[in-house]
Amino acid sequence: MKFTEEHEWLKIEGDLLVVGITEHASTQLGDVVFVELPDVGREVEKGEEIVVIESVKAASDISAPVDGEIVEVNDAIVDNPSLVNEDPLGAAWFFKIKVEDTSVIDGFMDEGAYKDYAG
Amino acid sequence: MSDLLRTPLYDVHVELGAKMVPFAGYDMPVQYPLGVMKEHLHCRAAAGLFDVSHMGQVILRGADAAVQLEALIPQNVLGLAEGRQRYGFFTNEEGGILDDLMFANRGDHLLLVVNAANKAADIAHLKAHMDGVEEITDRALLALQGPASEDALKSVVPALPDMKFMDVAVVDSAYGELWVSRSGYTGEDGYEISVPEATATDFAKALIALEAVEPIGLGARDSLRLEAGLCLHGNDIDPTTTPVEGNLIWAIQKSRRTGGERAGGFPGAEVILDQLDNGAPKKRVGLQPEGRAPMRALTMIYASEEAADPIGEVTSGAFGPTLNAPMSMAYVTTEFAASGTRLFGDVRGKRMPVQVVDLPFVPNNFKR
Repeated sequence: MKFTEEHEWLKIEGDLLVVGITEHASTQLGDVVFVELPDVGREVEKGEEIVVIESVKAASDISAPVDGEIVEVNDAIVDNPSLVNEDPLGAAWFFKIKVEDTSVIDGFMDEGAYKDYAG
Repeated sequence: MSDLLRTPLYDVHVELGAKMVPFAGYDMPVQYPLGVMKEHLHCRAAAGLFDVSHMGQVILRGADAAVQLEALIPQNVLGLAEGRQRYGFFTNEEGGILDDLMFANRGDHLLLVVNAANKAADIAHLKAHMDGVEEITDRALLALQGPASEDALKSVVPALPDMKFMDVAVVDSAYGELWVSRSGYTGEDGYEISVPEATATDFAKALIALEAVEPIGLGARDSLRLEAGLCLHGNDIDPTTTPVEGNLIWAIQKSRRTGGERAGGFPGAEVILDQLDNGAPKKRVGLQPEGRAPMRALTMIYASEEAADPIGEVTSGAFGPTLNAPMSMAYVTTEFAASGTRLFGDVRGKRMPVQVVDLPFVPNNFKR
């Protein structure tokens, strides 16, 4: 599992990357009450804002960590947003993205580096 | 952060692991480790303790205090019985709301509770118009809210008399003289309790030690009051909105309206009485988004998906944990203010449907 500066995690699953948000991010957000995910099939560019998360405190965006095509989204967190607080690293993954080369993941922080980064 | 004021309960909040944020010049708990959602639900299910010591407590001792206060607010002060409290608001010459407040008749004086953000201005306003204005600075103010409040408070204050909604009493306790009112700002039954600063920490700890009571932060205070349809001054009412526009007509007693025995005689009376008789151009309403996305303050409201010009604006919006749905309060042009009207809010560039609904979103549970 690798981590972005925007507090997302990524892991490889076949030729896809699975993306979610970190425990640190979910704690900072507070109770999540609404999630809007991108359409399946959408081609996204790195940095493009593709997810909206609303917590009891505020709305925040999540941007695509890499270029690729959204091939699957996790409707479970749309139906039950509190899953994002309960199991951010597991059941509450956000989307799966098809990338040209999964080695793009090597450009992100490993767990140790992320822990230092997130403090 | 050193310029932020602290309430007498600051150390209790820190000890409880609260997340502290600046609010109205004070370092205040926005949430405790339980989190906003669970704090909110706990308050409606059992009892929640809120530190509201940042609010202003003001005594008016002048012989003509009631008459003089009636010159500043459109409420019936002279007719308020001893031991009773009432909701009111200071108005300006344009009929706008300078602040909202609670005032109680305590026999030989009136006790006011005003908002933290406005208390300096309120006190200056009072002092400019009357004598005997005394700010209380040596007392904390706590709110205990929720269906288990009565049992909880009785267990800590055995001398607590029977009180109904908006009764006030002075009660002797192990924590000194308590000034108690049966009121609050959550829509639940409960009490607001003024306690001497020196014993406030022990009093709060004794309540929190009870199984039924959890400390509640400003985050849940906001979602609780919004579900209850109650206004936050600065958001939902302010010096540019009148009480008629703010849908607070119920708080202006007949005696102060046209034809009443002391009609008018408060700042902005001409505007407010005219709007009472002839209507106002806009009105505060509840909005129920049809989707799950909260519609927060400043969201613009439109009459249709295509309309170019907005007909309203959200002033408070959040997810209601008890309602289990998003909810907003907004001002809309009066022709669109009827319950059941379908409107659209612009959320991130998309027109999302909403219904105008009656307030409150969650029924009040006062001890009448």
